[in-house]
Formats: sequence, structure tokens, C-alpha cells
Amino acid sequence: MGATAHYLEDEGLPTAGISLVRDNTERLRPPRFLWAPFELGRPFGAPNEVAFQTRVLRAALALFDHDGPSPVLEDFPDDAPGAAVSGDDMIGWTCPIPLPNIADTSTPELLAAVRAELDSLAPWAQLAQETRGRTATGVLCVAIEDIAEFLHGLMDGVPDSPKEGVPVGEAFRQAGEELKTYYLEAATAKPGTASSKDLADWFWGATAAGRLLLALHPVCLTSDDAGVRQVATSQLVPRLQQHRLSP
Amino acid sequence: MVRLNDLDEIDAGHLVDKECPPFETRPWVTGPPLAQRRVAIVTTAGLHRRDDRNFALRDLGYRVIPGDIDTADLVMTQSSVNYDRTGFQQDVNVVFPIDRLRELAAAGEVGAVANFHYSLNGAGWMPHEIEPTARELAGLLKEDKVNAVLLVPV
Repeated sequence: MGATAHYLEDEGLPTAGISLVRDNTERLRPPRFLWAPFELGRPFGAPNEVAFQTRVLRAALALFDHDGPSPVLEDFPDDAPGAAVSGDDMIGWTCPIPLPNIADTSTPELLAAVRAELDSLAPWAQLAQETRGRTATGVLCVAIEDIAEFLHGLMDGVPDSPKEGVPVGEAFRQAGEELKTYYLEAATAKPGTASSKDLADWFWGATAAGRLLLALHPVCLTSDDAGVRQVATSQLVPRLQQHRLSP
Repeated sequence: MVRLNDLDEIDAGHLVDKECPPFETRPWVTGPPLAQRRVAIVTTAGLHRRDDRNFALRDLGYRVIPGDIDTADLVMTQSSVNYDRTGFQQDVNVVFPIDRLRELAAAGEVGAVANFHYSLNGAGWMPHEIEPTARELAGLLKEDKVNAVLLVPV
């Protein structure tokens, strides 16, 4: 965002931005930035915290009234509500939706296991959509069961893209996100205090869908399709979950 | 107080190591008080309307978000897997504070909300590669009489 700020300001437009990585902003020295001590993905702190989001927005917009000179980099003083603190992962969190046990599920059986999970999650995914009035799923316009089948098909080669006009590598990336989104929207349908780390650990460590994506990593690194290889390299398993990959 | 350790060491190191070319100039554009400003949001969260084109893995284009967008129509196809999306799934405003901005405009704290906002895919390219897109956006923002651009990362 720092570079975008520089170019817009150079074109005569006043800018103010939020920084989530202070060191990065210090290096680029854009005109006006507010560093906020929040996790990546949450530049306004926390979902459904209206008053807190407004505070962050006011602090960022107040930079427009700053007299300068450039660069201005101020710090937002407070952590996000409910922010995960290092070490609190010992408290633990259990998904309130019971799923079939996958402990003894072999890789070829993962598609059936994912289908069973989708059945269990379906009413909660529906509830989440009704409660929020929206869903972030549906970016490929492909049914979630077909998404799972497409992903599992990558274990045995390069299947056809499930979406006309979308290259198979792109479809792989977006299908992986789609599957995660479906699970995580369902898992957060019930009120609770799960942190983003809790939710990620649950998906990658306790679901057949997570196991499927982890199993795809080594297979797709040697895929015949360059797009599939690219996604397996850097767009499939988050860095924080790569310890789950087999050595 | 949590600071940089909000980020795990791996994520922080990856972002800090990105090549960040220094700029030779320090442009600084002033304007009227906030209550007279017309504000647009530029986000790198890879947001777009559900019927718009998904962002590709390495995509330096932009998507237009109308100022009167129904937030239920927004989806996210940003390339990176290394940030939390569950916040966005529960509340768009945690990444794109359009409702909060509308509230401040209604209260008179902000002059107006722009007719159009813009979204980028903030992953897969180096900072200097965004220059052509940013300069194109500048023209569009000026046409909309925007005089305050809020830049929001993800």
C-alpha cells in the first residue's frame, strides 16, 4: 500500500493508509500512515466490533489533517478486541459441530470423508448465510461437492477445470479457498470466541478437507500443469500450517 | 501490548524482505478539513462484486466497487493464503469499512463518500509494479472529485 500511496500522491491525490507491518512502511516512507497492531487480514481489528472499527477509521482519517512533513507514521494505541496473545493457544477450542472421525482415513478415502463432513456442515453453513445475510463462497459458481471432487481428482493427475474459461491452476487455487471458506463459515455459525488461529488449526489439523489439501501438496508440486505446480508451491498451504506437511 | 509479534516470525520476515525501492521524491498534497473531503477506499484485499471477474494469481488490474454497494455482494479472491479470512467472512467492514465510512459521512465528520472505490489483488507482485495501475486509478479518482484516498491493506 505504501507504493500505491506514493504514486497517488505524486498524481496530486491526498492519501492516508493503514499499515499492518510497521517495518515495511518505515522502509517505503509513504506520506501518511497509521500502523495498527492487528493480525494480517483484519486491518480494522475485529469483525462485528462497530465502535472499535470506527475508532480505527477516525484515527486513519485524522491523518488528512496532519501538517506534515512527509512521512507521517503514527501508531494506533490498542490491540484488537479478542486478539490472540502469544501463548494462549493452550486454552484450546473445539469446533461445536461434530464431524466423523478421520483418524484412520487413508488418502484414497479422503473424498468420501470430505463428503461426509460437508453433509455435517451443511446446516451450519446455511445458518451462517442466513444470519449474516451473505456468504463469501460461490466465487467459482461450482457446487461445493463438485469442488471437493475436483480437488481430489488432482491426486491422480490434471482434471478438467470445473469452470469454463478458468485455467486448471487458477481453479485449483480458488477451489482450495472455496472449500476452506465453506468449512470456516459453518464453523463460525455458532456464537463463540474462536480466534483465527483456532479456526485455522481446526481446519488444517482436524478435518478431512485439510488432510486432502495437505495430501495434494507433494503430488501437485510435480504436476504436469505449471499453474497447478505454482499453486502447490505458494498458494495452497499457509506458512503457519506447513509444519503439518510430511518431511 | 502486542506489537510486531502479532505476526508470526515467518510472515513478518517474508513481508519485510520484500524489495521496497526508496522513492526519490516525497509528494505531500494538502486539502480541506475532513468534513469537506470526499473519501474513496482503495483496498488490496482482492474484493470484488460477485459477478465481476475473479482476481488471477498474478493480477495487477483493479476492480470497481460502487459506493452504494450492498456488502452482501462482495467476495474475495486475493492470491495470498497467509492471512486470516474468517474476519471478512463474518463482517466485510473488518477489511473494507464502507458501513463505518457511511456512518461518519452521515454524521458530518466526513464530507462525502465517493461514487466508486477500488480493489487490488495485493499479492503476487513487487511494490513498484503497481505504478501504472495506481496512476490510472488516480485519473479515475480525480474524475470522481475524490480528495482523500484511504488505503487499506489486508
